[in-house]
Amino acid sequence: MYFTRIIKELFKDYRFIFAFIVLCLLILLAIMSVFSPYDPTLWFIVPRDRPPAWPHILGTNSKGQDIFWQATFAIRNSLIISVISGLISRIIAILVGLVAGYRGKTVDRVLMFFTDGFLVVPLFLIIVMLAMLIRDFMNVVTLGLLLAFFGWAWDARVIRSQVLSLREREFTYTAILTGTGIIKLVTREYLPYITPLAFSTLINNMSWAIGLEITLSIVGLTNMDIPTLGTMLKWAMNYQALLLKRWYWLLTPIILSIMLFIALYWISVSISEYLDPRTRVQRVGVE
Amino acid sequence: MFVRRYLIPRLLQYFLVIFLGITIVFFIPRFAPTNPVQRTIAELRSRGTYLNPADVEKMVEDLTRLYGLEGSWFEQYIDFWKRLFSGDFGISFFQFPVPVIDLIKNALPWTVGLLFVTTVLSWIIGNIIGGIAGYYNNKRWSRIMDGIVMFIRPIPYYIFALGLLILLAYVYRLFPIAGGHSLGRKPSFTISYILDVLRHAFLPALSLVILGAASWFQTSKLIVQNVNAEDFVQYAQLGGIKERKIMFKYVIRNAMLPQVTNLALSLGQILSGALITEIVFSYPGLGNLLFSAITTGDYNLIMGITALSILAITSLVLIIDLLYPLFDPRIKYK
Repeated sequence: MYFTRIIKELFKDYRFIFAFIVLCLLILLAIMSVFSPYDPTLWFIVPRDRPPAWPHILGTNSKGQDIFWQATFAIRNSLIISVISGLISRIIAILVGLVAGYRGKTVDRVLMFFTDGFLVVPLFLIIVMLAMLIRDFMNVVTLGLLLAFFGWAWDARVIRSQVLSLREREFTYTAILTGTGIIKLVTREYLPYITPLAFSTLINNMSWAIGLEITLSIVGLTNMDIPTLGTMLKWAMNYQALLLKRWYWLLTPIILSIMLFIALYWISVSISEYLDPRTRVQRVGVE
Repeated sequence: MFVRRYLIPRLLQYFLVIFLGITIVFFIPRFAPTNPVQRTIAELRSRGTYLNPADVEKMVEDLTRLYGLEGSWFEQYIDFWKRLFSGDFGISFFQFPVPVIDLIKNALPWTVGLLFVTTVLSWIIGNIIGGIAGYYNNKRWSRIMDGIVMFIRPIPYYIFALGLLILLAYVYRLFPIAGGHSLGRKPSFTISYILDVLRHAFLPALSLVILGAASWFQTSKLIVQNVNAEDFVQYAQLGGIKERKIMFKYVIRNAMLPQVTNLALSLGQILSGALITEIVFSYPGLGNLLFSAITTGDYNLIMGITALSILAITSLVLIIDLLYPLFDPRIKYK
């Protein structure tokens, strides 16, 4: 099968293997939140400000919470936000890219006008304004949707240019001349080309969403009761963990998010290198 | 032909983006559940000020006018544009009667200075180092650099800046932890003041330059590798032209051109990054102003900052786009 072949190819890249293992570990950590003995929203359920020691292996924070178990919830929620944002913005990006690339002409121009507008405008500020608006309804789902609405522009452009090139290929003409419908042509012939591309942009978008979640939390625009990597960091900053040198509290979300960002980035890089045959040849040539 | 085929559509797009952007900025706060007028009065009351009902009515009237909330939405909208052209963004809520434009004026030089220097520096450094690394991409050092960049590149501005702050201001106390200049110093054109400003700007600038350069490094390296594979480069090598000359004059110069377009496209992102970095280092620019505006729910101030940023960034992108043919002789707008 086509996809199993891609995956086999990818596992020849040591960066992909490393990133995949790190990501699996982080997902495992997120799953472990199910077994947490503590409710992450409650305060003062364990002794406060203890440095790492059994049974609190990463210590406890000034809110009387166990940092390790808090971190499992944080990763889980951050991942959920990024997956919601990633999947929904992928749907928008694929639709816009396909329609613009396939229909061309005026449709293309109008859609690309909006896409370029999204790219040029400082989106962060608009997102901040909208986040202020829905502050009271902020939860994992609404935040994911908010980010999804703004995270598609660049990827729609990438997909459009791929469709533009597919459209000029011979098989498109063969299909049209033999009477294949547009829908069938797109789903059967184009999607296999677009899917890996959409997947690599999905991962980029997830990492963008996690980063933006952290930023929005720091400026205090997310729901502070829901543990995410961002809110964990924000609480640590609020309680002056930096000045009081409570490194275990501050560094846990920092190190976890750096691991997550690097893992996601490496996966996306090795997928896009796989997709671009020129770099693939260079890599194989070197090794 | 240039005017009709390129300039007019491009200008049309420019004005449309600004129009839509500003319109969105105008409408978002109108959907907010809280009324800024009532909030200001509630704020005053919570401070223990006694207000008699007649005064309150007068205040509501005045505040409604000051916040530009008089009349129907359509009237407000027209009024908003009128005031925008005269540079009036209304008054700030968190520093109550101060006009937003004054707050922005105070903060702007800090942000523009930081942003301009770091953007230019990181673009040049990233492109040149990335170009050299791409030209010699089989050398060991080139691959080591690539490896380092692979670690730095994905880290978002906030985390990276915070990491630098922890390392270089808390653990090793090399740099000040906050501010744009030492407390209580008056701005002046003396060497010691300028040095003080530079010392405070160093860490925010460093984090922006490293992250920016890492991203330019990668794209530049990739482009150079592709240019490298072209025939004219091999021809030049076979013709015995000095490596150095091929690299800088033939390869990197060609590769830098698409990077000009990329710079235009990423300006919005760079601005967001700079604002976040300012928040980390409590740098007295627009980012910090934005932070105070968010925490106090000051919509006028956020609207001012956002509207101004949209204007500035889209104009910059337009200028870069129009100047592009000057850099690239291959492009002629026919």
